Amino acid sequence: MTYEELLTETALANEQVVVMTAENRALVRNLPGILGKRFIDTGITEQTMVGAAAGLALRGRIPVIHALTSFLTMRAFEFVRTDVGIANLPVKLSGFIPGFLSDGNGPTHQAIEDISLMRGIPNMTVFAPADEDDLVKMLPAIWQSKRPAYTRINTRKTSYQHADYLPGKAEVIAEGSDVTILTYGLLFEQALIALDILKSEGLSVGLINMRSLKPVDEQAILNAAKSNLVVTLEDHFLTGGLYSIVAEVLLKHRQTANVLPLALEERWFKPALLPDVLQHEGFTGKQIAEKILGYRTTSEQPEILLTEFSE
Amino acid sequence: MEKIALNVREHIIKMATDGGCFIGASLSATDLMVYLYTRFLNVNKDNLEDPDRDYLFLSKGHDVPALYGTLAELGIIEKSRLANHLSLNDHIYWHPNTHIPGIEFHSGSLGHLPSVAVGVAMDIKISGGNNKVVCILGDGELNEGTCWEAVLVANAYKLDNLIFVIDRNQFQANVRTEELIPLEPLKDKFEAFGAAVKRVDGHDFGQLEEAFSAYPFQPGKLNVVIADTVRGKGLPSIEERADRWFCNFSGQEIDQLLLELHGEAATTLTSETLIVR
Repeated sequence: MTYEELLTETALANEQVVVMTAENRALVRNLPGILGKRFIDTGITEQTMVGAAAGLALRGRIPVIHALTSFLTMRAFEFVRTDVGIANLPVKLSGFIPGFLSDGNGPTHQAIEDISLMRGIPNMTVFAPADEDDLVKMLPAIWQSKRPAYTRINTRKTSYQHADYLPGKAEVIAEGSDVTILTYGLLFEQALIALDILKSEGLSVGLINMRSLKPVDEQAILNAAKSNLVVTLEDHFLTGGLYSIVAEVLLKHRQTANVLPLALEERWFKPALLPDVLQHEGFTGKQIAEKILGYRTTSEQPEILLTEFSE
Repeated sequence: MEKIALNVREHIIKMATDGGCFIGASLSATDLMVYLYTRFLNVNKDNLEDPDRDYLFLSKGHDVPALYGTLAELGIIEKSRLANHLSLNDHIYWHPNTHIPGIEFHSGSLGHLPSVAVGVAMDIKISGGNNKVVCILGDGELNEGTCWEAVLVANAYKLDNLIFVIDRNQFQANVRTEELIPLEPLKDKFEAFGAAVKRVDGHDFGQLEEAFSAYPFQPGKLNVVIADTVRGKGLPSIEERADRWFCNFSGQEIDQLLLELHGEAATTLTSETLIVR
């Protein structure tokens, strides 16, 4: 099932759902014809769209709203915080091309502080599915909740079949005593590759797909911290994302761990097509594994597919 | 100018492969950029750091292939660099950035550069310069409220050294502007906000010359030029098609499009069109 099919099914089953976009139609192309008046395109007006979504929610609607993540979470930030966050309205933000998925667009379109910004808003919940299968498994619970929600939309197709989603819980892919990789979103694909390489080098390796970053699965992080090394892997600035979340959880529970953060430190990434971006920034599965090992291997990096939409 | 514009269009078409580019918006803005750089703006490869140079801000941003092409034709960047589109070895990607000589500011998030241009124009007023400040906006971009805030502020500060040029190609990313968020009567809107407005055919160098030679249009007023253009101008198989916005063509299709540009053959395109914004 695709994102658009799930949204169509959800909106047809629940009259209260309205679909909005600030002229970002890539994922909702067929919905105007299907939903009629319940499809609202406000044009390139992210702030007004978010404010209007709050107004619709005041009247009992559940707006699922779309824009490129950088504009949805940053341009409209104060509208999200003030109109949706303070009022605690069930507005569902679908942020398109987060993180490395903005490939050749450049820094204006790079949302690599979105997790940090959105989780800082009281009442807001924050989700980052690993791929399309994970996305459609998570969204029904996200949309059914009464709380505002931000989802990093990721429609990449992988062959991985995810477990069912339990609200607020991480997905434990593997457990290991030497290293545990914590990750979310697009980089899950590369983490799976790294997992295989590390195992073939003889390590006992764990891998956790975080899924929900707020609320976060604290027990999953505490369990991971029992490994000799915890790796936080994310296409996000080092500040405010998963590395920060892990630090907060460990501190709260008076725990400590050896943590290797793999993130973007105080800089935007080099714009190019996605496979080139991952290679250049050192985020292919092979490169991730070798950073953890501290040495080169003869393992092969599988081909990385181009993004399906350039956005 | 016609010859330069044709060369720029060739450069644009060649960037619409191996990852693609925003070809439609680039082709609509080509004649505007060529006119401004060759006739109106005091900008050349030797004065890029001169505080007395004129400024051009490209606000909609995704039309940057037209700017890359124009800068190459003017000798401000090497033509050979255009082949580096989307390469890790250069900075030529889908939106403008200041690693490219001649690009004054990065853009890509709509409705930002009208305000940045206001700030530059304000300083020129404070410092007493004669520089002109041009900001090119897309018509879809005018959805963003910050564009109108900038017009209000420019009016309040009597910025007659500032010119907003609207690339009025009638399209948002996916649909016609008038079918989504109508802008007309656009001239009246700007005039109601206090600007002095001229509306011209943005592909007619004579009309562009007539309009810009009247600068400043009225003392103490923001200048606005609404340039009526055609999205995809020069390629009939792309012109005014909502689904030909961001395109990633095959090498063979690029060859066909270059022939079409020179009026030699009609083109059949099969490549998927990608939708970005």
